[in-house]
Amino acid sequence: MSLLQVKDLVVEFPHRRGTLRALDQISFDIAPGEILGVVGESGAGKSLTGAAIIGLLEPPGRIASGEILLEGQRIDQLPFDAMRHIRGRKIGAIFQDPLTSLNPLYTVGRQLTETICAHLPVTEAEARRRAIGLLQDTGIPAAEQRIDHFPHQFSGGMRQRVVIALALAAEPKLIVADEPTTALDVSIQAQIIQLLQRVCKERGAAVMLITHDMGVIAETCDRVAVLYAGRVAEIGPVDEVIHQPAHPYTAGLMASIPDMDSDRERLNQIDGAMPRLNAIPPGCAYNPRCEQRFGRCQQERPELMPAGATRAACWLHAATCLEEAR
Amino acid sequence: MIAFVLRRLIQSVIVMIAVAFISFLLFQYVGDPVSFLLGQDATPEEVREMRAALGLDQPFFVQFWYFLGNAVQGDFGMSLRQAAKVSGLIGERFPATLELALVAAFLALVIGIPMGVYTALRRGTFMSQVFMAISLLGVSLPTFLIGILLILVFAVGLGWFPSFGRGDTVQLGWWSTGLLTLDGWHHIVLPAVTLAIFQLTLIMRLVRAEMLEVLRTDYIKFARARGLSNRAIHFGHALKNTLVPVMTITGLQLGGLIAFAIITESVFQWPGMGLLFIQAVTFADIPVMAAYLCLVALIFVVINLVVDLLYFVVDPRLRVGKAGGH
Amino acid sequence: MKKTISRWLDSDVGYSFRSSPVAIGAAVIALVCVFCALFAGWVAPHNPFDLAALELGDARLPPAWHADGRTKYLLGTDDQGRDILSALIYGARISLVVGVVSVVLSVVAGVVFGLLAGFFGGWLDAFLMRVCDVMLSFPPILVALLIAGVGRAMFPNAHETLAFGVLILSITLTGWVQYARTVRGSTLVERNKEYVQAARVTGVAPSRIMLRHVLPNVTGPVMVLATIQVATAIITEATLSFLGVGVPPTSPSLGTLIRVGNDYIFSGEWWITVFPGAMLVLIALSVNLLGDWLRDALNPRLR
Repeated sequence: MSLLQVKDLVVEFPHRRGTLRALDQISFDIAPGEILGVVGESGAGKSLTGAAIIGLLEPPGRIASGEILLEGQRIDQLPFDAMRHIRGRKIGAIFQDPLTSLNPLYTVGRQLTETICAHLPVTEAEARRRAIGLLQDTGIPAAEQRIDHFPHQFSGGMRQRVVIALALAAEPKLIVADEPTTALDVSIQAQIIQLLQRVCKERGAAVMLITHDMGVIAETCDRVAVLYAGRVAEIGPVDEVIHQPAHPYTAGLMASIPDMDSDRERLNQIDGAMPRLNAIPPGCAYNPRCEQRFGRCQQERPELMPAGATRAACWLHAATCLEEAR
Repeated sequence: MIAFVLRRLIQSVIVMIAVAFISFLLFQYVGDPVSFLLGQDATPEEVREMRAALGLDQPFFVQFWYFLGNAVQGDFGMSLRQAAKVSGLIGERFPATLELALVAAFLALVIGIPMGVYTALRRGTFMSQVFMAISLLGVSLPTFLIGILLILVFAVGLGWFPSFGRGDTVQLGWWSTGLLTLDGWHHIVLPAVTLAIFQLTLIMRLVRAEMLEVLRTDYIKFARARGLSNRAIHFGHALKNTLVPVMTITGLQLGGLIAFAIITESVFQWPGMGLLFIQAVTFADIPVMAAYLCLVALIFVVINLVVDLLYFVVDPRLRVGKAGGH
Repeated sequence: MKKTISRWLDSDVGYSFRSSPVAIGAAVIALVCVFCALFAGWVAPHNPFDLAALELGDARLPPAWHADGRTKYLLGTDDQGRDILSALIYGARISLVVGVVSVVLSVVAGVVFGLLAGFFGGWLDAFLMRVCDVMLSFPPILVALLIAGVGRAMFPNAHETLAFGVLILSITLTGWVQYARTVRGSTLVERNKEYVQAARVTGVAPSRIMLRHVLPNVTGPVMVLATIQVATAIITEATLSFLGVGVPPTSPSLGTLIRVGNDYIFSGEWWITVFPGAMLVLIALSVNLLGDWLRDALNPRLR
């Protein structure tokens, strides 16, 4: 059974000039222990998906329809108290900027023990032991001393390790990681990603890794979902999506990554830009920029359909669909 | 840190000297003590003699030096209006003002901070809007008008409280206190409330604004994502982070109570330094004005220094330096 | 003109205004007060300064709805037979004039100093900031009182205009600091941006850069500050007049009227104080409300 199921999630922002649909029927699953990458341009809706899952959508944003199921139970409509027991305990979260994620006035240890004691029935002393263990596990040297240090006494990479420790403190089954390495030096990024991968595999926790960096996705994830204009364009195993993309947008993304070996003069790009939320074209959201579009693309919005080893929301694969049904 | 303290001390001394200089200028150029003491019909001979006697024929900076020396010992000469030493006049009125200011400060803090926290946490509720409306009135009503209205309602109309004076006081050595008698407390209520209202309003708005800012930060978002209870988030994290900057600004504002007391003392005929100052301004009694200025400047400078040191104590970022690690 | 108005009405700020009954109400009240103040001569039923028209026999009459009141004097009369309503209106005019002029001067001085300090930096900036720090730590009332007191001592038989000048100066000197700080902050931010550096390199005059680029960026916060400061200035003036060191007694502002009326509270003639007080509060409240609304409307994060 899937750990997390998102079904036809719609997130809207009521505005005085009308309602904006930021997420339009997003659906995907995450299996236990799996690492799912969620990739897309800025504004595609990646962070919003993560926020919706942990129930921290900023008002006036709200979930208009759809379901989010954790281990089979619906969590999108829970009241605050019930949801807060899920946050941290079942689903952990990591945000982008480690500098601002930690309260500067409290020691790292205090923030750790507080989280542990909020969810697990342990004593303070036991919580502190576990906190030290977590810090050691995430690669912080001299953990017994540094547990009483303040956040500003750690460097950027170290802080993100603390953040990861905090996210794992209550032993959740799923971690939502929203751009965990974007704010770090390139040299540190690899370390942090590897750390995340290791500690999650060790604990059997699944990860929803939100990022715009395809390189990270390629290295780390089992499956990947490509988001475009608030919709899922393609979803499937990482190798297939990267090497045999079924959706023209994914193909364009892959082609625009510069290749160190080839000798090019101009970089590939996809012409045009992702449409704004209040100007999404009818039919397939990508069709104005797509070189392979045809009549149907501008009229009907495609659902996710099987396309080789992946699933893509593209009418090009409708034929395949029909063929396989025959 | 020692360097910081030293620097602030030196700054404070410079400010005090500057203020003393301004006071000195007042003495020199505003109003002529000689003609005041001798009258209009003095002969040039007498004028010259008087000037020599008062030391007014010395070079400018010598006079300033004498002035400084006297000022440091608290000697500002004689009042031009009342035949008494300025230092004596101020000394006997200082306790009245200080007690009034302290009681008002206490009221402002004890009511203002909780109100601010409430309006920040319960935005949009009815009580919240009532508090905000009251705060708006507090800022739009001049202090003297509040005093007059309170007198109208509670002293003239209902007769619950007296409307002027300090009531019975008890002499403790050099200090006369009204806080040890019931009558004294009876008399201090209306003036203290009047003085407190404006500060209360400012404190409430400040706390509210700061808390709303804090509630928007990433570390609060992360605390929510870790599933901490509302109580832990609001009163454990947000409150502490709010009070740190608020505390310093509030300290400075409360210093201003000493000066604001001028108005309240006028309305209630409270025998404090403020009333003395107003009378001095009305009658151009320069020595008293200058002495008051220096004393108030001293109080401010001391409060400033204490507040700066307090910041050091409370904010760990200033206390402990950055350690290394990556 | 019509196009600008319609464009403003349709903007986010305009929408915020239209949908806030409080803001509209406050603006209406403020406008009414300003109108009455400007055209006091036509609006007020009597001229309280016309000594010939005063009838001592009409002194200390209660408001018209009382048994002893007269409809001729809607809000009652004071101890010299002056109509309170008319005195109110004339007093409001003086309060408003003093308040607005002080704030305008504060804004000009503060903006100029802030731009200079932020743009040229160096010792000018350091010096100015020290001055600001020191001035900010003293409550405005004290500074205003001091200047008023010194003014009195230096010019004991001051001409009326001079008294006004000293009063306005004292309020201005307490207000300019906030603008200087805000504008300096924004100037520092803009100065480091590339387009400013490019302009400097190509020889554009600093004054032009400051006027055309930095200034538009600060108008928002400055306007909010200015609106709220008008209310503060009016209250400060009233306080000074109440204490006896504000406007000259020949031109009573609302503060003076309250002071005069204060003597009569104990004998039961409350209207002499309460009505000028109410007018003062009304003006201050409506201006404050406008300022509050403006700040919320211009704050992008609150939307």
